[in-house]
Amino acid sequence: MPVTDVQRDLDNRSLTIVADFAAPVERVWQVYADPRQLEKVWGPPTYPATVVDHDLRPGGRVTYFMTGPEGDKHAGYWDVTAVDEPRGFSFDDGFADLDFTPNPDLPVSRCVYTFAANDGGTRATFVSTFDSVEALQQVLDMGVVEGASAAINQIDDLVAA
Amino acid sequence: MTEAEDRADALFHALADRTRRDILRRVLAGEHSVSMLAAKYDMSFAAVQKHVAVLEKAGLLTKRRSGREQLASGDVTAVRSVASLLGEFEQVWRGRIARIDELIAATEPDPEE
Repeated sequence: MPVTDVQRDLDNRSLTIVADFAAPVERVWQVYADPRQLEKVWGPPTYPATVVDHDLRPGGRVTYFMTGPEGDKHAGYWDVTAVDEPRGFSFDDGFADLDFTPNPDLPVSRCVYTFAANDGGTRATFVSTFDSVEALQQVLDMGVVEGASAAINQIDDLVAA
Repeated sequence: MTEAEDRADALFHALADRTRRDILRRVLAGEHSVSMLAAKYDMSFAAVQKHVAVLEKAGLLTKRRSGREQLASGDVTAVRSVASLLGEFEQVWRGRIARIDELIAATEPDPEE
């Protein structure tokens, strides 16, 4: 498994995940620099992503939508805040309307991705930080977790525990 | 007694009853009026209303009024701790990283070339 470390920071509502890939830094960068590759990795198989705009420069914007099993579409955007090609980039990840107008009522997560040469491969560090517990909850509810059934299972687990 | 402990008490009290767990399953699946719920159980409307109130107090259910009806829907935010939320998010990430790994492996140039 490429994932080598995971840190949950409960106080700051952030997740840091470290992965080692058997490829040079430039190759990992390319996954994000190429919208066709990015959409292959961003959404889970049940919610495939389609990248529409792709401007990976400071101040640039990347837009995408994910299509659910019922044909439901969920749009999102990245506001790129910093780029250090090929060593990493930072962006704010938010939800948008289907015409990609950012939805100010929905939460934004701040993301910092860094790629460093390590032992012939690349060590990637992905940090995502949420402003509030509600924001994290919403991000999970929107498209990435199947709401009610997961919730019911959770209650069953809680009751069984 | 901390606020979190009080919340846990309310939560476990609310879930420590099979009728309330059954009501919660129904309202998690979709909004129900309290009278619709009451019709499902062999007990008085007032008794069902009381169960609904306990779930509401625990933060597991929210009510809104629509005309003469009280509509109830489930809210699981209360049972999800920050840790479990981050755990779910971690699973999203593990999926992404596995896909990146696959994509990189599939496009790796043949070392013989």
